[in-house]
Amino acid sequence: MSQGFTKSMARNIFYGGSMFFFLLLLVLTFDTVKSLPQTDNRENLTEQVAKGKHVWENNNCIGCHTLMGEGAYFAPELGNVYKRMGNSKEAIIAFIKFRPKNGIPGRRSMPQFNLTDDELDAVAEFLKYVSEINNQNWPPNIQG
Amino acid sequence: MKHTSQMVAKPYFIAAIALFVGQILFGVIMGMQYVVGDFLFPEIPFNVARMVHTNLLIVWLLFGFMGAAYYMVPDEAETELHSPLLAKVMFWIFLAAGVVTILGYLLVPYATLAEITMNDLLPTMGREFLEQPTIIKIGIVIVALAFLYNIGMTILKGRKTVINLVLLIGLVGLAVFFLFAFYNPSNIVLDKLFWWFVVHLWVEGVWELILGSLLAYVLIKTTGVDREVIEKWLYVIIAMALITGLIGTGHHFFWIGTPGYWQWWGSIFSAMEPIPFFMMTIFAFNMVNKRRRQHPNKAAVLWALGCSVMAFLGAGVWGFMHTLSFVNYYTHGSQITAAHGHMAFYGAYVMIVLAIISYAMPMLNGRKAANSMKAQVVEMWSFWLMTISMVFITLFLTAAGILQVYLQRMNGDASLPFMVVQDKIEIFYWMREGAGIIFLIGLVVYIASFFVGRDQPEAEMPK
Repeated sequence: MSQGFTKSMARNIFYGGSMFFFLLLLVLTFDTVKSLPQTDNRENLTEQVAKGKHVWENNNCIGCHTLMGEGAYFAPELGNVYKRMGNSKEAIIAFIKFRPKNGIPGRRSMPQFNLTDDELDAVAEFLKYVSEINNQNWPPNIQG
Repeated sequence: MKHTSQMVAKPYFIAAIALFVGQILFGVIMGMQYVVGDFLFPEIPFNVARMVHTNLLIVWLLFGFMGAAYYMVPDEAETELHSPLLAKVMFWIFLAAGVVTILGYLLVPYATLAEITMNDLLPTMGREFLEQPTIIKIGIVIVALAFLYNIGMTILKGRKTVINLVLLIGLVGLAVFFLFAFYNPSNIVLDKLFWWFVVHLWVEGVWELILGSLLAYVLIKTTGVDREVIEKWLYVIIAMALITGLIGTGHHFFWIGTPGYWQWWGSIFSAMEPIPFFMMTIFAFNMVNKRRRQHPNKAAVLWALGCSVMAFLGAGVWGFMHTLSFVNYYTHGSQITAAHGHMAFYGAYVMIVLAIISYAMPMLNGRKAANSMKAQVVEMWSFWLMTISMVFITLFLTAAGILQVYLQRMNGDASLPFMVVQDKIEIFYWMREGAGIIFLIGLVVYIASFFVGRDQPEAEMPK
């Protein structure tokens, strides 16, 4: 780099630039948090949905699946699974409930998590809730 | 080696490499599960293997960063480490916490692990990369604070260099942003929003400061280029990293229930994220070309140069490929993401840790500056085996990803279900697994490089 551009100028760009853009990130984040009620479907965030999120987390579902595109890429997207299964909680519950304990020979298979009926209902309720979040129409189609 | 307290770096480096081996073994297991779905099922389901794979990566890189700091900071500050004892104690605590966590993943169902570690008291588990039990997360914070105290006190009492300062800022940022791991609201959108304050602000933020600092240190040491020049470059690179990367966080806020304006902020700023990586490449090659001395440790120079190139390709080019929102709409959460993740982590963070280990380990083993030529040749073989196989892993995953995106998302009404598409692109997963096995062989060669040529004289400073 040329002689006219000194180390202290570089240092000032670093401190000034990072401070400025960090503050900008905070401002944008603040604005986002403020406007989330319009998109995040919180009016339907019931006790059962919150419980479903714990079931989702305690069984590490994100270790195979994506949820709104984030997670692992081994198994289908679940952010829209409620809609993909024909807007049916029962279909989701039945799918999780009847996974064979020892898998399917040669195929990927979801483990049998032995969830209680209440946990099954909660996680299905959670997935229904997520499918109704306004996330800019992602994924592009029902296949996820 | 000027200060005896730098020796505490050695166990950190050894642990890093040992955990690296574990990471790759589980990577190969997962690669196999992609094509033989019931491989090791139900004993090691995919989600367990993946937790082990990703968590080991993070833990061994942290071991690498800490070892690097313990080696570099006293050298730069021209003083002994504040407390070598604290560093040794923290080593064993961190290692124990890491091993217990991995064993927990492998030995009991995850729900049981959540239950026995009382996750319900402060639920933090079950989110990608933050799967560790809450009690372990608290342990990580304690280790990080003790480490920062030790490094901070050393810097405070010694010579203040830009390299040390930048490292310290990076490490403080690492600790501070980790605290967002304890925030886990019931609202999934809020949860995801702040989850990125750990994940993005680590790997596309403060970790780049750590990377820049370590790279600058290795370059100063091996090229003898004037410190003023190197420090100026370092400032510009990390300035660009944060200027682009902070708002670049927005490229994760496209499709998670956040406002649409993030598509503009995220696309524009993250499209500039390759700039600091490109500058890093120019920087590394420039410094090596302008070198004032020939350093006998050719392997370390190779890792440093390789790091700058692969970080640019993996983080820069492969990141740019799918960062614009109208592209990301189709590629989000596909094998394209996996391809980018693999090469970016390897290029930016694995290779910088291996570069600093390559530079420091000969001295930690009592050599004057470098290993024997024989050991270096083996090490450079491992460099090429691992690096080229990682290029192929990335290319195969990219091919799989392009097909996946086309068949599953861009085919109108004829778009196919996820599992149908997975079967159709199986061939690429087989080839990825093959490349993964070559990577594992490269890693074995790397470890062998520590054991060959030990009885031979040091490589000579070329005339």
